[in-house]
Amino acid sequence: MPTEFLYGVEVVLNGLMAGVLYALVALGFVLIFKASGIFNYAQGVLALFAAMTLVGIMEGQVPFSHLINAIFGTEIHHFGWHIPAIAAILLTALVMVALAWCVHTFVFRHLVGQEPIILFMATIGLAYFLEGVGDLMWGSDIKTLDVGLPQGASFWIEENTAFLGGEDFYGFFIDKLDIVATLVAIALVAALVAFSQYTKQGRAMRAVADDHQAALSVGISLNFIWVLVWSLAGFVALVAGIMWGAKSGVQFSLSLIALKALPVLMLGGFTSIPGAIVGGLIIGVGEKLFEFLIGPAIGGATENWFAYVLALIVLVFRPQGLFGEKIIERV
Amino acid sequence: MKDTVEPYVTEDGRQIGGILMEMKNITLRFGGVTAIEDISFDIREGEIRAIIGPNGAGKSSMLNVISGFYNPQEGEVWFRGEKRPPMRPYQVARLGIARTFQNIALFDGMSVLDNIMTGRLTHMQRGLFAQALWKGGAEREEVENREAVEKIIDFLEIQAIRKTPVGRLPYGLKKRVELARALAAEPKLLLLDEPMAGMNVEEKEDMSRFILDVNDEFGTTIALIEHDMGVVMDLSDRVVVMDYGKKIGDGTPREVRSNQEVIDAYLGVAHD
Repeated sequence: MPTEFLYGVEVVLNGLMAGVLYALVALGFVLIFKASGIFNYAQGVLALFAAMTLVGIMEGQVPFSHLINAIFGTEIHHFGWHIPAIAAILLTALVMVALAWCVHTFVFRHLVGQEPIILFMATIGLAYFLEGVGDLMWGSDIKTLDVGLPQGASFWIEENTAFLGGEDFYGFFIDKLDIVATLVAIALVAALVAFSQYTKQGRAMRAVADDHQAALSVGISLNFIWVLVWSLAGFVALVAGIMWGAKSGVQFSLSLIALKALPVLMLGGFTSIPGAIVGGLIIGVGEKLFEFLIGPAIGGATENWFAYVLALIVLVFRPQGLFGEKIIERV
Repeated sequence: MKDTVEPYVTEDGRQIGGILMEMKNITLRFGGVTAIEDISFDIREGEIRAIIGPNGAGKSSMLNVISGFYNPQEGEVWFRGEKRPPMRPYQVARLGIARTFQNIALFDGMSVLDNIMTGRLTHMQRGLFAQALWKGGAEREEVENREAVEKIIDFLEIQAIRKTPVGRLPYGLKKRVELARALAAEPKLLLLDEPMAGMNVEEKEDMSRFILDVNDEFGTTIALIEHDMGVVMDLSDRVVVMDYGKKIGDGTPREVRSNQEVIDAYLGVAHD
């Protein structure tokens, strides 16, 4: 096979794997938007906060240690223990549930029935608040997150695909972390879909997304479902935080991955779980292929804007996204 | 006969039991507007109880008080011999009071089957984790509930549309699906808010038949609001008549029909 083509395949594979991660972040948005009509600007910060908390718990960092030391003149920073990754992930998941409860009880519970723009502003506030709390709790330094995921290029894949091409092809270059992230994301998406389709709470979640009044009349507590939805979004953020954090360190820029989810949502539609997945894949593959095929001709760095332009084009022709519910206004 | 709470048997052979629900001196206000003023009545086990009245009489408000969507400023609500504290609608639903809405509140994105399954939520006891992991009898529970739902689907003759998304159904069928969802909860008390509004004659006849059959076969107590006087008189055992937020009549259809105040309200005699 021609080497050019094989490199193209490699680009598509890498794009697919990046796309799965975009889809993961977008999924967090879709979950909350469907159930409560809130466009959660804080989803990215949620991922950052989850990753910071995970690192903090694993390394036995004392939360708010800077604050405590400043007030009491003490010098405590660490509990002096290290917690295994699995236990730390479970603890962080609990923290995310507690956070979900707080977010709903102290903020959004009081804003039920408000205009979407007000809910949106509240999530912006929440984003900055959480960012500040995260820094205060765990410090603002860049942290490395190592939960024991394999890293680096997979030599096995390289060696075993080298035969596909000629002399100048050395096999597909694929990061092991990307493979793991893809598998985890696929498992998470499958679990979420199964949960919402086949369980009592999942059915209740879809019911609330559809009609609040009817949901109440069949005995569904809206508050419970909203806390549940925020918790699920927290889990998704945790997984996204682990993957991106392991890849490029836990730092503020982690929260910007939320911006990458925006074009995914415009493409897939804000209300569609399959839309978020397919949208993520299209953007992932699209931006890598575009960079590979056309990038060199126009000076590169197309990955920064390609997704937004693609989303813009889709918006012009299908404002509801590829999979969103069609908006029909009755006259 | 109607003034006692002794059980009795109706002319068509249905068993009417003791008092299931009692509203005592209910007053409901919205700001300065009084929607319901000092109304008392009871609903007995096994009966079909109608609430009628002209537009704006406060009928829907009364139904919303019973189902917990509104909490009255004054008065007491008694259910199954106990005073009910102020409650949220989902808590009332869990007590075994199911309802339909005047403007149909269904889950449009879900299939008919899924819609009716949501009516079973109050019967599903398995916890979040058992559900998520599909263990601890959660699967058996799902199967049992599916069977209950299939029975109701057969009963209301909607087998043909089981898998259809509700949003695509015509109005009359939507009303029937909503009834099915309420029935799926196996309620002690079933509240129907204008079950026949906007229907043609044939659909009305079907719906009347279903309401009578539900009451007859499952012994479900039904309270309904209806505009169509003819329908109400044929269906119900006892009727409460409301006008301008007040109760102006209460009794069998025959008694109510000969009540001068009721005739005035319906024929539009000027209020003083």
